[in-house]
Amino acid sequence: MKFNSVSSLILATFVLALTGCEKSATSDQNKSGELVVRIGASAPLTGPQAHLGKDNENGTRMAIDDANAKGIMIGGRKAHFELISEDDQADPRTATIVAQKLVDNKVSGVIGHLNSGTSIPAAKIYSDNGIVQISPSATAVAYTAQGFKTAFRVMANDAQQGRVLGEYAAKNLAAKKIAVIDDRTAYGQGLADEFIKAARANGAEIVAHEYTNDKAMDFTAVLTAVKGKKPDLLFYGGMDAQGGPMAKQVKALELKSKFMTGDGGYTPEFIKLAGKAAESTYASLPGVPLDKMPGGKEFEKRFVANYGPIQLYAPYCYDAVNVMIAAMQKAGSPDPAKYLPSLASISYDGVTAKIQFDEKGDLKGGAITIYQVQHGKWQPLATMGTSTTAAH
Amino acid sequence: MEIFLQQIVNGLVQGSVYALVALGYTMVYGILGLINFAHGEVVMIGAMLTLSTLTALLGWGVSPLLALPLSIIVAMLGCMVLGYSIERIAYRPLRHAPRLAPLITAIGVSIVLQNIAMIIWGRGYRSFPQLIANHPHNFGGAIINDIQIIIFLLALGIMAVLMVIVHRTRLGRAMRAVAENQHAAQLMGVNINRVISITFMMGSALAAVAGVMVSANYGLTHYYMGFILGLKAFTAAVLGGIGNLRGAMMGGLLLGLIESLGAGYIGDLTGGFFGSNYQDVFAFFVLVAVLVFRPSGLLGERLAERA
Repeated sequence: MKFNSVSSLILATFVLALTGCEKSATSDQNKSGELVVRIGASAPLTGPQAHLGKDNENGTRMAIDDANAKGIMIGGRKAHFELISEDDQADPRTATIVAQKLVDNKVSGVIGHLNSGTSIPAAKIYSDNGIVQISPSATAVAYTAQGFKTAFRVMANDAQQGRVLGEYAAKNLAAKKIAVIDDRTAYGQGLADEFIKAARANGAEIVAHEYTNDKAMDFTAVLTAVKGKKPDLLFYGGMDAQGGPMAKQVKALELKSKFMTGDGGYTPEFIKLAGKAAESTYASLPGVPLDKMPGGKEFEKRFVANYGPIQLYAPYCYDAVNVMIAAMQKAGSPDPAKYLPSLASISYDGVTAKIQFDEKGDLKGGAITIYQVQHGKWQPLATMGTSTTAAH
Repeated sequence: MEIFLQQIVNGLVQGSVYALVALGYTMVYGILGLINFAHGEVVMIGAMLTLSTLTALLGWGVSPLLALPLSIIVAMLGCMVLGYSIERIAYRPLRHAPRLAPLITAIGVSIVLQNIAMIIWGRGYRSFPQLIANHPHNFGGAIINDIQIIIFLLALGIMAVLMVIVHRTRLGRAMRAVAENQHAAQLMGVNINRVISITFMMGSALAAVAGVMVSANYGLTHYYMGFILGLKAFTAAVLGGIGNLRGAMMGGLLLGLIESLGAGYIGDLTGGFFGSNYQDVFAFFVLVAVLVFRPSGLLGERLAERA
């Protein structure tokens, strides 16, 4: 009968997993008479980007725990915030299901999604149901270009980021021949396209444009094809899960070009995955370096104590929640229809930046910082300001 | 020319991993007619077990050259126990159920294993220590490093041993007999439960080796790595003719070559009309083409040889 204990263990795991997911959504008032405000969050919690998704969830959770500890008043009532976190698997189709689920759970707002590919289709569902969505990390231009009044983001978009990266590659790094690989997601493709435009505008030649996907591990075939074109610089539009191993394979194939990637690669995970090959690769991140952010140092200390090292977007999630709560306080209501106008016109000092939105819901005047791996750590090289007027 | 040579090397290395994993699929299919979709996860567990044992052994001060083979053996044993348990718990009770039931169970096992691995080893990527000095060698412009050479030779060696076991031993004869007709084999005194268990254990041991190869080559492990690898290996098995050992080896190597040559040249050949984003499309196109003309795969018709 020894197998029965094993199978009952597996069964128990299942039951635990199922009961863990269920959250009851009933009244907007709890036992102690507080106003219950549900905030939805969605990111990939399983699959290749699970480490980033968990990081987002932790950042969001920290903001919500802080708000509950502070005892925030909304419209004269003490508010209790509840987090409903859902796994969208970084998959656009799953994201729409998750979005509908959050809508059905009557959330007041959504922090998410992590990826551009998931934020874009989900935005329509939130807009149709009048629910405010703040993405901490979706950078594709298309996300806010759909014309939905409910879609916001607290990070500079790819038009701004791609332009800075392309300019930096062609001018500062003097790359004449550039090869580009992207992962064909809304984010990777969008960033690569903006990068190419900017690099060409600054006199560089794009000698190859190859593709992979956001689940791949082996890039030797496309890298070999790239090697034949002898580029000065290789740009990758995609996340660290591919960027890291790719940098390693670049070295293994003795492809002697500089390696550059976007915010998706600016993680400790990238350095871990690429190993020695990470040295002197370039990446960018919208915003200023964390230790130069207004509350960055303190945020990092508290986050690390609770959840371990910051992967990437946790501070942006923290800000997204706080700016949403600030708007609710200003409007005196957690009803999205009521606090939407105050969110659109808000000016809030977050840990990542001063948050103000333009008419599309994009972050106003987002700065972009270029980083390089030096001695196994990301070090800031230059911060370039971008004015919003130039980005549109 | 050196680019072409490099693509061949890339394809052969990738292909030999596909082939090893495909053998696991094909052995189980040959005997049970079941596609064991959890096989990719066994590969992942193998890699994870190796990593954990290795970290523990190195922590105790065991020399790297001894720790590596030891942890591979631990991983193989662990995966054999896992393979045995999967068959015993998930598939044996369903052996006489309609074919769809074990197939769905297999997908379920795969999800359970992924989640268990996620709970134990976490969501993040874990880097795999580089223990062997990985020197690059230059063959006419193509670069191949030590680990890749080991992968290729080890895969060939393991396949040869497997062929000998299946075709030259008593156990192999029993396996072939069960593959051909379970009831007749049972009447001839073959213990079919034992043969099936051993098949699962052998396939899982191969999976463990493949897992070590993949993580040593890319220097990382992740709880999700088995899924795509399993899918590709399954494709390779079908390409070669599922249920046929030689077919799985050939299918694996062929798929590796098709992928790397396809991804490397499709852009240039079509003047940029199709890019390397069609890499997978290309591989599946070849699969469809093969199945249209040879529905049972390249070597699929030799039923007597399947194991």
